[in-house]
Amino acid sequence: MTALGVAAAVAAGERTARSVAEDYLDRIGAGDGEIGAFNLVLTKEALADADRVDAALGRGEPVGPLAGVPVALKDNLCTRGIPTTCSSRMLEGWRPPYSATVVERLRAAGAVIVGKTNLDEFAMGSSTENSAFGPTRNPHDTSRVPGGSSGGSAAAVAAGFAALALGSDTGGSIRQPAALCGVVGMKPTYGRVSRYGLIAFASSLDQIGPFGATVADAAAGYEAIAGHDPLDSTLIDQPPEPIGDALTDGVEGLRVGVVAELCGGGRQEAHLAGTDGSAASGVEGVAGDVLSRVQDAAEALEQAGAEVRTVSVPSAVLGLSAYYLITSAEASSNLARYDGVRYGLQVDGANAAEMNVNTRTAGFGAEVKRRIMLGTYALSAGYYDAFYSKALRVRTLMLAEFAAVYEDVDVLLCPTAPTTAFELGAKTADPLLMYLNDVCTIPSNLTGHPAISVPYGRGDDGLPVGVQVMGPALSERLIFRVAAALERAAPGDGSTA
Amino acid sequence: MSGAEPGREAAVAGGWELVVGLEVHVELSTATKLFCGCANRFGDEPNTNVCPVCLGLPGSLPVVNAAAVDFAMRLGRALGCEVRPAVFARKNYFYPDMPKDYQISQYDQPTSIDGSLELAGGHVVGIERAHIEEDTGKTTHVGGGGRIHDAAYALVDYNRAGVPLVEIVSRPDIRTAEQARAYVRELRAILLSIGVSDARMEEGSMRVDANVSVRPAGSGELRTRCEIKNLSSLRSLGRAITYEARRHVDLWSSGERPRQETRHWDEAQGRTTPGRSKEDAEDYRYFQDPDLVPLSPSAEQVAAIDAALPALPAARRAELLAAGAGAVSASDAALLVERDQDALVRAAVAVGADPGLTATRVSNDLAVDDWSRVTPDGLAALIAMETSGRVTATQAKQVLAEMVEAGDDPVAIAERRGFQAMAGDDLAATVDQVIAGNPDEWQRFCSGDDADRKKLAGFFIGQVMRATRGRADGAAVNRLLQERAEPA
Amino acid sequence: MSGRISRDEAAHVARLARLRFSDDELDELAAQLSAVLDHAADVEALDVSGIEPTSHPQPLTDVTRADEVRPSLSRDEVLAQAPSVAEGQFRVPPILGEAP
Ligand SMILES: [Mg+2]
Ligand SMILES: [Zn+2]
Repeated sequence: MTALGVAAAVAAGERTARSVAEDYLDRIGAGDGEIGAFNLVLTKEALADADRVDAALGRGEPVGPLAGVPVALKDNLCTRGIPTTCSSRMLEGWRPPYSATVVERLRAAGAVIVGKTNLDEFAMGSSTENSAFGPTRNPHDTSRVPGGSSGGSAAAVAAGFAALALGSDTGGSIRQPAALCGVVGMKPTYGRVSRYGLIAFASSLDQIGPFGATVADAAAGYEAIAGHDPLDSTLIDQPPEPIGDALTDGVEGLRVGVVAELCGGGRQEAHLAGTDGSAASGVEGVAGDVLSRVQDAAEALEQAGAEVRTVSVPSAVLGLSAYYLITSAEASSNLARYDGVRYGLQVDGANAAEMNVNTRTAGFGAEVKRRIMLGTYALSAGYYDAFYSKALRVRTLMLAEFAAVYEDVDVLLCPTAPTTAFELGAKTADPLLMYLNDVCTIPSNLTGHPAISVPYGRGDDGLPVGVQVMGPALSERLIFRVAAALERAAPGDGSTA
Repeated sequence: MSGAEPGREAAVAGGWELVVGLEVHVELSTATKLFCGCANRFGDEPNTNVCPVCLGLPGSLPVVNAAAVDFAMRLGRALGCEVRPAVFARKNYFYPDMPKDYQISQYDQPTSIDGSLELAGGHVVGIERAHIEEDTGKTTHVGGGGRIHDAAYALVDYNRAGVPLVEIVSRPDIRTAEQARAYVRELRAILLSIGVSDARMEEGSMRVDANVSVRPAGSGELRTRCEIKNLSSLRSLGRAITYEARRHVDLWSSGERPRQETRHWDEAQGRTTPGRSKEDAEDYRYFQDPDLVPLSPSAEQVAAIDAALPALPAARRAELLAAGAGAVSASDAALLVERDQDALVRAAVAVGADPGLTATRVSNDLAVDDWSRVTPDGLAALIAMETSGRVTATQAKQVLAEMVEAGDDPVAIAERRGFQAMAGDDLAATVDQVIAGNPDEWQRFCSGDDADRKKLAGFFIGQVMRATRGRADGAAVNRLLQERAEPA
Repeated sequence: MSGRISRDEAAHVARLARLRFSDDELDELAAQLSAVLDHAADVEALDVSGIEPTSHPQPLTDVTRADEVRPSLSRDEVLAQAPSVAEGQFRVPPILGEAP
């Protein structure tokens, strides 16, 4: 059942929120041992949430639009009194004294929170393998990764463990796992959703967004969490537009651009092949089967009345480097606070500085350390101008190029991820190889623009393929509308495992 | 000002000149902290004014306190700065009292730049910048007598973490220890008059670091400087600068050179001791804080701040000097403004009181916390009694003291106490008696030089005062003495 | 493998970041970071004259809050999460050296 289906059934009294919650908890109990989507299942709390919804309905009180909908939260969203780990040893056992704004909003909407989902430690990764608690597996093929870093949330929706889930997206961490798991995943415009209570990875790119089995579910999730919050200074001071009624509008007359640089077109391939001459060469062009699905999707939109053309955003190929410099720089500072003094892990030392070193060395995993090292280097006095400062200028360049393209087209289309889900362990040895997964999703994070991944058919290996729709700032209504059209046109081989 | 400036003597004597710049951190007296709604309050139980934001808990985000920005801009304008668009940056370094292990500060785009501060004596010190930043928590070293190096462990209280500060950085325009102290005094007077800080050095709401170097007098070069910390009083500031200047002169003179470093002032030992070396310069990895957005004060906002600024100490001193028409001394004017008594003096002068005497009487004899019962009219009446010779200076002081307590009319107080200056024949007779009783002294008075005469005049006035139990007017006695020594 | 970052440089960065690595780990890190920086050569080589940096995707300014006191956390709740506590405060090993 879809999230909206659950909400309707509960509101109509056809199902109790408790019985829905029990169903989902049973499914988690039966299946999550194999998938590993959850770091923590909140059985008691979920049933209590559900009972509250049922009691409110019983008293004839109004319930929210997500009444009784089981929701999974990425475990980097703070939940008051409930462990919040970021899948790191550093925060094992930490119970935040406050909840993230999005968590408060979901509760106010009547949602039932069923658990905290696994992620790449501190959201750094593209496969959910960098977790202190072990990897999450793809429900479509458990030898494969679910993508990442919000792999647990994507897998939870794909496996039917939750009707909706929240993730965070810094470089594709919602959209890429959504693509690999065959669900819908959406990153809002930067500043649309409060980051208060989202444990920061890279503050100027992080954005919380929904996963759903359908576009309509994801839209409902987005509507529940979007909007102003006095606790986040970086929010857009403009009420979000409602989405739901736009989903059936169709794409008649819309101008759709297919981004050449993000579709394996010449320059990008050359660029990706030429990285360092060793492991990375030639591998990272967008796979043929994925490109075919994007082509199919473009044709489907054309048939539905859209005007499709190929467009060029040359700076898109600089995105990957700029992204790793900026996010690592911000992360190196954001993660300084894990010093063993106030919360989380403390490994003693002869003096405070040594305690800091011991704690951080023991508490962080290899990928987190690598990014802290890269970011510290990029910000340090001698290299700031060569790398960090230039990366910020790439961002300017990109914003200008995208603005120019959006003069000519309404939305952009490209693959979400270069390939379908890959085998566990396939890319863990070479960080750069792993980073290349994000090449198509990163531009929207650097520009702060919204983007959505919709399942569109299967790859040659039978695994889901995601197509990405990108739009200019604040175009949520538009990209959801295009995504809904793609969903209607998609080959009917099912989008959940 | 005076010759009692050891720093200047030490530095200048051998042809050396002192070069000092001050960095002053001022805690703003807002109701809440800089980035969260926790109370900005001193003296509460440790870790009771803390929240996710000021504890730097994962996921928390800062939101700027509008009042802190307003206070900082007010201060900037009071220092004659350009108040401009500003950006918050992160200064990254690890320290247990800093919850996020970075300090949110302003770096290359501070709120205020390019101002100046005119000292009471007229010397002008340039202000390079005044930027907003957050305070750290408070660390207590436990064991080893509380000394940092042999403590057993340390305790951290985050109540102060996130309290709004403005750091005011002067240009190296200060040339004597006394100027440094005058700078801090003047800055404090400005802070108090614009109401942005209680600026108490002893309580740490105003913290001064001094960058000290020396150079051959008149050379214009800037030599290696040391930053002196832990200066908790004006006295320490003056002593530390003097000490440090002498140390630098000694080093340079013996062919050595000071190391660029932070040094601590040891008040008990009266010396500075080496701290962190600045040669392995800290790499703070500053970058714009992505959790905050820039401040962009409009011209109207700045104009409104200017319009609401009260008269500042320098202007008030000038006004008082003008009101005194040459009769009020610069030092009295400085003191009166510092004590906020300039308006009282000006009001008394406006209703006819003698400016010079009013300023002297108030600056010498009204050094009390609460002088609210002394009205301009009452003060003017008192001064009138004194100038007319109706009461003596001694009596006037006693009347003023009673006015502070009771606030009564000075004429009534003088009457109640039976005060009346002895005048005319009675006084002359007493003076003659005293002269007759001290013939040797009188001889010396008449034949001595100016200095002897002055000294002996004091002696005779004292004798007359004793004989009249303070009812004589000293000036009148002096007049009589002079008349008798050189009869017309 | 390029040598953009030496072991010594990696060690220096590790000190700044308060992390410790073995020599082997440092060598591996130096190589991996060098590869990422090689990849970033396109950014490094960019002619940025006339391009302003963008630190933030939204051009917002002057987001402030009113100076009103809000409830703080309970001290018990705060200290319950701390690894080491004494006298109502966070306890840490002795601190050597003053704050910068
Ligand atoms: Mg400072
Ligand atoms: Zn607070």
